[in-house]
Amino acid sequence: MFAGYDFDVIQRSLPYLFKEGMVFTLTLTAIAASGGIVFGTLLAMMRLSALKPVSMLAGGYVNLMRSVPLVLVIFWFFFLVPYIGAWLIGAREPVRVGAFLSAAITFTMFEAAYYCEIMRAGIQSIARGQVWSGYALGLNYWQTMGQIVLPQAFRNMVPVLLTQTIILFQDTSLVYVISATDFLGAASKVANRDYRLVEMYTFVAVVYFIVSYSLSLLVKRLQDRIAIVR
Amino acid sequence: MKYNWHWQVLLETEPGGTGTYLHYLLVGLGWTLATALAAWVIALALGALVGTVRTTTARWAVRLGNLYVEIFRNVPLIVQMFLWFFVVPELLPEALGDWIKQMPPPWGSYVPAVLCLAIFTSVRVAEQVRAGINSLPRGQRMAGTAMGLTQAQTYRHVILPQAFRIILPPLTSEFMNIIKNSSVALTIGLLELTGRARAMQEFSFHVFEAFTAATVIYLLTNLVVVLAMRALEKSVRVPGLIAAGAGPQAGH
Repeated sequence: MFAGYDFDVIQRSLPYLFKEGMVFTLTLTAIAASGGIVFGTLLAMMRLSALKPVSMLAGGYVNLMRSVPLVLVIFWFFFLVPYIGAWLIGAREPVRVGAFLSAAITFTMFEAAYYCEIMRAGIQSIARGQVWSGYALGLNYWQTMGQIVLPQAFRNMVPVLLTQTIILFQDTSLVYVISATDFLGAASKVANRDYRLVEMYTFVAVVYFIVSYSLSLLVKRLQDRIAIVR
Repeated sequence: MKYNWHWQVLLETEPGGTGTYLHYLLVGLGWTLATALAAWVIALALGALVGTVRTTTARWAVRLGNLYVEIFRNVPLIVQMFLWFFVVPELLPEALGDWIKQMPPPWGSYVPAVLCLAIFTSVRVAEQVRAGINSLPRGQRMAGTAMGLTQAQTYRHVILPQAFRIILPPLTSEFMNIIKNSSVALTIGLLELTGRARAMQEFSFHVFEAFTAATVIYLLTNLVVVLAMRALEKSVRVPGLIAAGAGPQAGH
C-alpha cells in the first residue's frame, strides 16, 4: 500500500508548508478568533437587549450567517470587500484586497455569529438577581455587564469558546476556494506541482489531526479544572 | 462607487444552453439536496450505531467508537473531501481504483462527496445519540434489567425509542449543517448550488446577483426544513421530557 510512497517530497517542502502555510493558518485563526469573540459578545448583548429593533437586527444577522454555507460567505466577502473598501475611501474602482485581509474579515464576521450564540447562552446562564443587584448598587448597564455578568459568562463558556476556536482552525482551510496559501493551500500547490497528491494530502490530514486532537484534550482538561462545583 | 444591478441576468440563457441561469441554479439546489439526503441516510445509520455502542458496557467497542469519532472530528471537512477524492482511489486495488477514477461526471465527484459528508456527519450524529442516551434516567436501564431483559433488549425496547425522540431537535440542526456542508463538494468538482453560483459569476460577471440568488435559495431551503422538522418534532415529542442534546455546542 505504501509502495511508491515518496516521503521525501514532504521533507523537502516542510519549510514552505510551515513557514508560509501554517503561519497563514494560525495568524488567520488568531485574528478571527479574537475579533469574532469581541464582535460576537457585542452581538449577544444586542440580541438580549430590551430594545426590539436592536435585538432584531442582531438576530437577523446571526440567523443569516448561520443559514448560508461558509464557502458561499467566503465568496461573498471576497467580492464584496473591494467594493466596501472603495465606498469607504470614495474610490471609483473596487480596491485591491489580498486574500489574507479578505479571509480575515470573512472569518471574523462569520465566526462572530457562532461566538454570539455561545456568549448568549453564557450570559443567560447568569442568575437574573446578579443583574438586579448590580443596578441596585447604582451601576449602569455597561458597568453591570463589564464587571459582573460578562466575566462570569466568559468563565462558564471558556471550554465551548475554545472548542469553537478549534473548529475555526479547521474551517480556515476553506480559504482554499479563494486560492489563498494557507496550510492546505501550500500543500495542494506542492502536491499539484510534483504530482504527489496522496503523500501531501495524507500528511495534511495527519497534521490537522494532531493539532486539533491535542488542543481538544487540553480543552477537556481545562474544563474539568475550572468547572464550578454547584 | 456604484454597482450596476442587472437582475434580468437570471432569466438569460446560461452558456451550456440548458436553460436560464435561474434554472441552472435550481438544478444546483437539486444536486445539493441529492448529496445531503443520501449522505444523511448513511450518517444517521452509522451515527446511531456508533453513538449507541459508545454507551454500552463492551469496552473494546467503546474504544473503537471513540477512535472513530476522534479521527473524523479532528480533520477539516475539505481535507477529508480531498482524501476521499484523490487519496482513497490510489490506495484501493488498482482495478477498483481505476473504475472509481473513470466514473463519468458528475458521479465521479458525487460518490466521494456523499461518502465524505456521511462519515463526517455520522460523528456528530453519534455525539448527539450518546448525549441523548446518557440524558435518560439510570433507572430506565435498571428497570430493564430487573424485568429480565438482556442489554440488547433494553436498548431495543426501552432506551433507544426514548433517546431518538429526545434528540430530534439537535438532529434537525445537524441536517441543516449537512446541507450547508455539501457546498464543500465544489472543491472536488461537484456543481451543487454554491458551485453553480460561482460558475454563473464567472460566465456572466454578475457577481452579486449570482450570490444573492444562491443565498436566497439557501434561506428558503432552511425555512422549509425548519417548518417540516418542527411539525415532526411536535408529533414525536415525549410528553413530560424536554429536548436534550449535547448542550451548548460549538458548530459550523
